Amino acid sequence: METNLICISCPKGCHLKVSLAGENIQEVKGNRCPRGKEYAESEIKDPRRVLTTTVLVKGGRLPVIPVKSQTGLPKGLIIAAMKILRETAVSSPVRRGDIVVENILGTGINIIAARDVASAGTQSKY
Amino acid sequence: MNMMSYDVVVIGGGPAGMAAALKSKEYGCTVALLERDADLGGILNQCIHPGFGVEYFKEELAGPEYAGRFTDLVNSAGIDVYIQTMVTAVNPERSVMAINQNGVMQISAGAVVLAMGCRERTRGAIMIPGYRPAGVMTAGIAQRYINIENLKPGSKAVIVGSGDIGLIMARRMYLEGIQVLGVYEIMPYVNGLIRNVKQCLEDFAIPLYLSETVIDIQGKGRLSGVVTARVDENFRPVSGTEKHIECDLLLLSVGLIPENDLSVRVGVELNTATQGPLVNNGLETNVPGIFACGNVLHVHDVVDNVTREALKAGEQAARYAKKTGVKPKEPRKILAGENIRYTVPNYYHPGAGEKVDICFRVSRPISDGYLVVSSPERVILEGKPRGFRPGEMEKFSLSPKLQGKDCSDVILSVRRRSNGN
Ligand SMILES: Cc1cc2nc3c(=O)[nH]c(=O)nc-3n(C[C@H](O)[C@H](O)[C@H](O)COP(=O)(O)OP(=O)(O)OC[C@H]3O[C@@H](n4cnc5c(N)ncnc54)[C@H](O)[C@@H]3O)c2cc1C
Ligand code: SF4
Repeated sequence: METNLICISCPKGCHLKVSLAGENIQEVKGNRCPRGKEYAESEIKDPRRVLTTTVLVKGGRLPVIPVKSQTGLPKGLIIAAMKILRETAVSSPVRRGDIVVENILGTGINIIAARDVASAGTQSKY
Repeated sequence: MNMMSYDVVVIGGGPAGMAAALKSKEYGCTVALLERDADLGGILNQCIHPGFGVEYFKEELAGPEYAGRFTDLVNSAGIDVYIQTMVTAVNPERSVMAINQNGVMQISAGAVVLAMGCRERTRGAIMIPGYRPAGVMTAGIAQRYINIENLKPGSKAVIVGSGDIGLIMARRMYLEGIQVLGVYEIMPYVNGLIRNVKQCLEDFAIPLYLSETVIDIQGKGRLSGVVTARVDENFRPVSGTEKHIECDLLLLSVGLIPENDLSVRVGVELNTATQGPLVNNGLETNVPGIFACGNVLHVHDVVDNVTREALKAGEQAARYAKKTGVKPKEPRKILAGENIRYTVPNYYHPGAGEKVDICFRVSRPISDGYLVVSSPERVILEGKPRGFRPGEMEKFSLSPKLQGKDCSDVILSVRRRSNGN
């Protein structure tokens, strides 16, 4: 069987032609780099997406802070993860890379802060 | 008035401005970086989605992470950063006027780098008839509301235009529990990156309507609905195809325009195809010592390319300020030929023995085309056959060998291999 995928690993967006025997990939064509093949493997067996959203910051210079999953979460868990993050709040100051939720939904993947947020009233560094 | 003087003054503290400032500093210049916002990072601070830095950092970063890494570098490099500082004018002798809480400052600069980014086209620019209710805004404004200010702009959304910001906002709103009724694109093809169609629309079953657009906006105080219709080849609505859609939010994702008000006032000439400055291969505008990079020069979809371009502008500005550049010969033209919407740069200086990096975009999708580089007399090079899309910026390097001895003007074209599309 053959199936078409679009590699989303970089902005080039290669059109992949994947030949399958059952769940096993026999050949990938159309990828302009080796990551296309890795993407096809994962997209067929265990599709994953990096989740980014915002969570509330208490006492921060900004009301929310952007966060992201350190690596791709199983696609089927994105909505459940959003639900947890909607109810999550952190206290300022927060530094980029700080863990916001450890091991979300038992995936072994952490949700981390994607920027610094200083406490309200403090001057930014410059 | 505060009088100051720097070798290089960079206007705008987004990824372009930060990279340019860092590079000029590396060349031993004194550098001032001027940013009107309270933070460095520019548009990246509101682009919380992943997909930045795949080339430059070999990692998939969120926009604020990419900005944060550069901000840390800028803060430790000894660059004088002025935030909440708005540049109001530049004059041809390269004195830069700016204003902040401490008052007005006049900075004389050895070289100036323009890095002011771009702004979004607004509704006026595409002229949808109807009322002017609340709930109609650009996709970037909605992005700022949701991602930075924690405000919910509506609960039932329609998106007009398939630019990347619109696609990314479709997913973002979906995840925040806002119903996204569809993306309407007047062209027969998608404007944004194909990966964003996949991961932002298809992943969440958000419908995409090509060759359709919004023809009426309804509601007096608050948006209550829109009317959509199919369009014919001449982009005129086809009667009988109208559909009424109830919604309280209409996002416009109909393109970006380089922010060149300052540039034009100092006499910088713009390319009508990009609305960005015409530049040579050192990214210098027609006004000597004034350079441009990033979205103010032409709209980029990938920040890594912005950084690369800006490092070059920073280097060239430093050389100009330190007067270490070679005196260039009469420039040659780089022209957009068949199926090419624009090129950057527009000129190159022959005989420098350097390769000339050229970016270009095609004017329409071509599935089976090939690049042709020619001079007025001969074909210099023909590329391999492949697909080209207007949404993707293409790159080509004109090596000294290809420039040839005569170094004539060069014309870039993309020809179709077959008669089909
Ligand atoms: C919504 C959106 C999504 C994107 N998604 C991706 C993606 O997934 N992956 C990717 O690689 N790229 C993406 N890009 C592209 C990339 O982020 C941009 O091309 C890049 O950030 C542009 O950088 P810049 O420095 O030129 O402009 P900006 O980031 O716009 O910075 C310009 C700065 O100049 C300042 N300024 C302007 N005028 C003045 C003045 N008069 N005085 C002082 N300061 C001034 C502004 O405040 C601003 O901070 C996206 C872009 C947008 C808009
Ligand atoms: S195959 Fe490689 S080059 Fe093509 S989209 Fe995927 S990561 Fe990018």
